[in-house]
Amino acid sequence: MLNAAIVFAFACIAAALLLNFWRLLRGPTTPDRILALDTMYINTIALLVLFGIHLDLTAFFEAALLIAMMGFVGTVALCKYLLRGDIIE
Amino acid sequence: MLDTLIALFLVIGGAFALIGSIGLARLPDLFMRLHGPTKATTLGVGGILIASVLHFSSRGDGLSLHELLVTLFLFITAPISAYLIARAMLHLRGDDKP
Repeated sequence: MLNAAIVFAFACIAAALLLNFWRLLRGPTTPDRILALDTMYINTIALLVLFGIHLDLTAFFEAALLIAMMGFVGTVALCKYLLRGDIIE
Repeated sequence: MLDTLIALFLVIGGAFALIGSIGLARLPDLFMRLHGPTKATTLGVGGILIASVLHFSSRGDGLSLHELLVTLFLFITAPISAYLIARAMLHLRGDDKP
């Protein structure tokens, strides 16, 4: 039962990543693409944690935490660049 | 019993992440599209992380709570990034001029 649930969650996250990638390629404006990248890193965190449950390894959480922090910094930097034309003033 | 609970949280988390991304792909406008990822996807990742906490706590190595750090960080940063993306879109449209 747990294996079936893990496979279902893997399929859901993979479909979600494909939809995000479609929006990243298509998205009419730049904020759309930033939003698609933001959602992609959140889904990648879910994928890593699922992989940790599947393999019964705890080593993936540091990677998930690093992706969370770096993704947030990247989103803020891109938005600041759009807003002010510069990242560090 | 615990396996059932973990499977339930995994299914809920995966379904919510998929619903958020469908919203990102299908809704017509950026300000509507912001709702999908910032609420549904964050909740989906929260569900999967809770399943991970339960799974690694049931292995016998004691309580495993460091996944909650990721959940807490995501729940704090998702509204901030949504606010900044909305500000950037308003700036590009020229609506934030006084």
